[in-house]
Amino acid sequence: MAAAIDLGIIGAGPAGLSAALTAAELGLEVHLFDDGPSPGGRIFKALEAAPADRRWYPGDDHARGADLLNRFRASDVRYHPETTVWSVSRERELGLAAGGRAWLLPARAVILAGGAMERPWPFPGWTLPGVMTAGAAQVLLKTDGMVADGPALFAGAGPLLYLIAAQYLAAGATIAALLDLAPAGNARAALGRLPGALRAPHYLRQGLALRRRLRRAGVPLIRRVTDLEARGGGQVETVSYRAAGRRTEVAARHLFVHMGLLPNSNLAASLDLPHDWDQGRLCWRPRLDGWGASELPWLAIAGDGYDIAGAVAAERRGELAGLWAAEGLGRIDVAERDRRAAPIHRRLNRELAVRPFLDRLFRPPLEDLAKLDDAITVCRCEMVSAGDLRGALALGCGEVNQLKALTRAGMGRCQGRQCAGTVAQLIAAETGRPVADVGGYRMRGPIKPIPLASLAALETGDD
Amino acid sequence: MTSGTYDAIVVGGGLHGCSVALHLAQRGLSVLVVEKDTVGRHASGVNAGGVRRLGRDPAEIPLSQAAMEMWWRIGDWLGDDCGFQVSGQLKVAETAGELAELEARARQVADLGYDHEELVGPDELFRLAPALARHCTGGLVSRRDGFADPFRTTRAFMRRAREAGAEFLEGTAVTAIERRGGAWTVRAGEYRLSAANLINCAGGWGAGLAAWLDEAVPAETAAPMLMVTAPLPPFVEPVIGAQGRALSFKQTGAGTVVIGGGYRARALPEENRTELDFRELKLSARTVAELFPIMRQADIVRCWAGLEAITPDGIPVIGPSAREDGLIHLFGFCGHGFQLGPITGRIVADLLTSGQTDLPIAPFAVDRFAG
Ligand SMILES: Cc1cc2nc3c(=O)[nH]c(=O)nc-3n(C[C@H](O)[C@H](O)[C@H](O)COP(=O)(O)OP(=O)(O)OC[C@H]3O[C@@H](n4cnc5c(N)ncnc54)[C@H](O)[C@@H]3O)c2cc1C
Ligand SMILES: Cc1cc2nc3c(=O)[nH]c(=O)nc-3n(C[C@H](O)[C@H](O)[C@H](O)COP(=O)(O)OP(=O)(O)OC[C@H]3O[C@@H](n4cnc5c(N)ncnc54)[C@H](O)[C@@H]3O)c2cc1C
Repeated sequence: MAAAIDLGIIGAGPAGLSAALTAAELGLEVHLFDDGPSPGGRIFKALEAAPADRRWYPGDDHARGADLLNRFRASDVRYHPETTVWSVSRERELGLAAGGRAWLLPARAVILAGGAMERPWPFPGWTLPGVMTAGAAQVLLKTDGMVADGPALFAGAGPLLYLIAAQYLAAGATIAALLDLAPAGNARAALGRLPGALRAPHYLRQGLALRRRLRRAGVPLIRRVTDLEARGGGQVETVSYRAAGRRTEVAARHLFVHMGLLPNSNLAASLDLPHDWDQGRLCWRPRLDGWGASELPWLAIAGDGYDIAGAVAAERRGELAGLWAAEGLGRIDVAERDRRAAPIHRRLNRELAVRPFLDRLFRPPLEDLAKLDDAITVCRCEMVSAGDLRGALALGCGEVNQLKALTRAGMGRCQGRQCAGTVAQLIAAETGRPVADVGGYRMRGPIKPIPLASLAALETGDD
Repeated sequence: MTSGTYDAIVVGGGLHGCSVALHLAQRGLSVLVVEKDTVGRHASGVNAGGVRRLGRDPAEIPLSQAAMEMWWRIGDWLGDDCGFQVSGQLKVAETAGELAELEARARQVADLGYDHEELVGPDELFRLAPALARHCTGGLVSRRDGFADPFRTTRAFMRRAREAGAEFLEGTAVTAIERRGGAWTVRAGEYRLSAANLINCAGGWGAGLAAWLDEAVPAETAAPMLMVTAPLPPFVEPVIGAQGRALSFKQTGAGTVVIGGGYRARALPEENRTELDFRELKLSARTVAELFPIMRQADIVRCWAGLEAITPDGIPVIGPSAREDGLIHLFGFCGHGFQLGPITGRIVADLLTSGQTDLPIAPFAVDRFAG
């Protein structure tokens, strides 16, 4: 083995950056790995290189991002851009890949700050060219200032849907309509949680401002939409949906869908760390303590990978994880850690206050996934349809990994990231069990594909 | 059901447990398979699927041959083709010395009266596998071997066994076994079961179970690893092995390439887990890059491992206990037990119904390691 670094952090978003800054300030030798070309994560993607007009994108928090990135550039954190972490082992070794090389690097402590992914959401026509996630559209916008030609439709459920639509608008694009797929009962159910949310009023203000902005620009905001469908030959031509008891079909060349976020948990899952089903957020979450520490004493998780709670909360979680690492590696004692953590916890709790409300307000109609038509593709990598999965279920295989073995769903390049939730939902519906009992795919490294040639030349640090 | 009495209780729902259940049920015996996880969850569901006679220990050849006859008509028998394909299996020599070893092997097999292993020179080798690196010198081919889909196969055996009357208890571990008045009592979760016969099909946990029953076998539990690539255009038909290196290599119908050969992960049978070892997978990747230049462009998308018992002499334990009546061991398949699945159940059924079998199982005796 090579000599171990103190702390390896995966992900240069708000959580990873904050963790790195905190730990480096306390004297740790910190290495920060990110598969993108520049630091900032999702929210501050390509912010350093952004043209001045992006400063005015709503929700970009340009000033806060610039400050974070400036402090990061001035720190002595060792930053490794365009470096994929494809494995973390229980021997505390990171498996890394960059520029055709692959190598193993031992670390004394590790923080996973890999962020979130958008909840995959199959519906009729979702594989047509022209349909993509709103997040993917945002990446094009943030990195290249690109917007779709011709009118675009946004559809889904979640605060980010409105945010990204507003950013799109600010970039000069035309939005044909925003279809809100949050079920009818959500608003009423969320109401009871409003008082708690008022502890973080800026989120509510921002949400209302976004809606206003879209409305003023003449974007129809259509609520309680169901039965979304993209239609067309080689490309989306129309989008059809049901609202207020009527089916409507509108012309659109682009449909951007967003159904909320899920913690990116492939690395945590590949370590066989326990995960719990969160019925409030409808997702699996790694079992962690308040610092983000896992049952492995050298591993913590921060940011969206811990808990979907926004960029500011991600920074706070990053700071806490940085303190955890500094204490764990003997740079500060427990008392010092706790002293520094107290105000961070307070600020974090304020951020979290709004979440139960938002989670309820934007809860996606997860049950709909179980009603997918047999013909609809669920696993895009291996082209496995809902009907294929039901067929396998009928053979008596009622567990996610069994369906994977029988149908190949989840065996492709994305390692099941895209289909796991739908497969679980189908099983839950057909077997009458709660989705929490159905489980997730067993995950193994490499969590992202690596070239065989790189593996054949793997630098193990042993000689 | 919290209690029940059977002619036989099978511990372990891998391929061998399912095969035993099927054969016993087809002969009219009542049988229960107890599986601590789910049927096919371990080695039987995650192996490389190689259906290979090629290169087997001479002691295994008669069993392997008999199993092969069953594979060739597996679809008719089970009502599911198990993804079985006759692709051929080919073992490659990379030097003149290795080719000489293969030649000797071919002679040995022929002398035993079998003709499935055939020596081929470079021309036929590159005709069979044009993508092979040109330094290869020849090979040994078994043209009617092949591969199947392991999980699907195991479940097909289970299904057929059920149809024939066998029962399965999943998610329940056997935690206590006692011999009382000529019968076995078995505790599994809340169940208290009894049977005249107990069949140890516990795979990677088989030696542990045998030790429980005071019949120690010096087997270790290992975790052979596999890796699989993103799909490539079809470039190789037979399953490829190598004389001088650890390799099993096949391209599936989906275009993906499954690579194994025995490099091992850390085995943690007590925790039901394995941990991959990328230092070992590196060796596997290197072998493949050297033997198949086209593979240098491939991407590895997934790696995994399965738990399997390995005996000191590399062949399984198959046969009656040397200590107790009504106890049969069937484990320790050393990484190549999938192909034998169809026949082991028949052997057990023979033993239970007539006390003997026409297949030569003496080399697999459980007490062969003693003394
Ligand atoms: C598509 C999308 C768009 C979003 N847009 C916004 C927005 O505009 N405004 C907003 O307030 N919030 C946005 N969010 C929410 C946002 O994720 C959080 O607010 C915040 O960025 C979370 O910070 P984080 O550090 O936890 O993760 P992220 O910011 O997501 O950072 C994680 C980083 O880790 C990297 N990474 C992940 N896995 C690996 C690996 N295996 N190897 C190497 N690197 C890896 C990723 O590339 C990424 O750079 C968005 C989320 C998503 C998923
Ligand atoms: C990676 C890999 C690749 C392989 N490739 C090939 C190949 O290409 N060709 C080939 O012929 N063979 C191959 N093999 C070998 C083959 O998979 C095994 O020999 C065969 O599957 C063993 O079957 P089994 O039923 O004995 O064991 P298993 O499938 O392991 O089943 C044993 C079962 O017993 C259960 N069990 C254990 N203890 C208890 C208990 N106390 N109570 C209840 N249940 C219990 C376990 O949960 C397990 O499911 C490979 C093996 C591996 C791991």
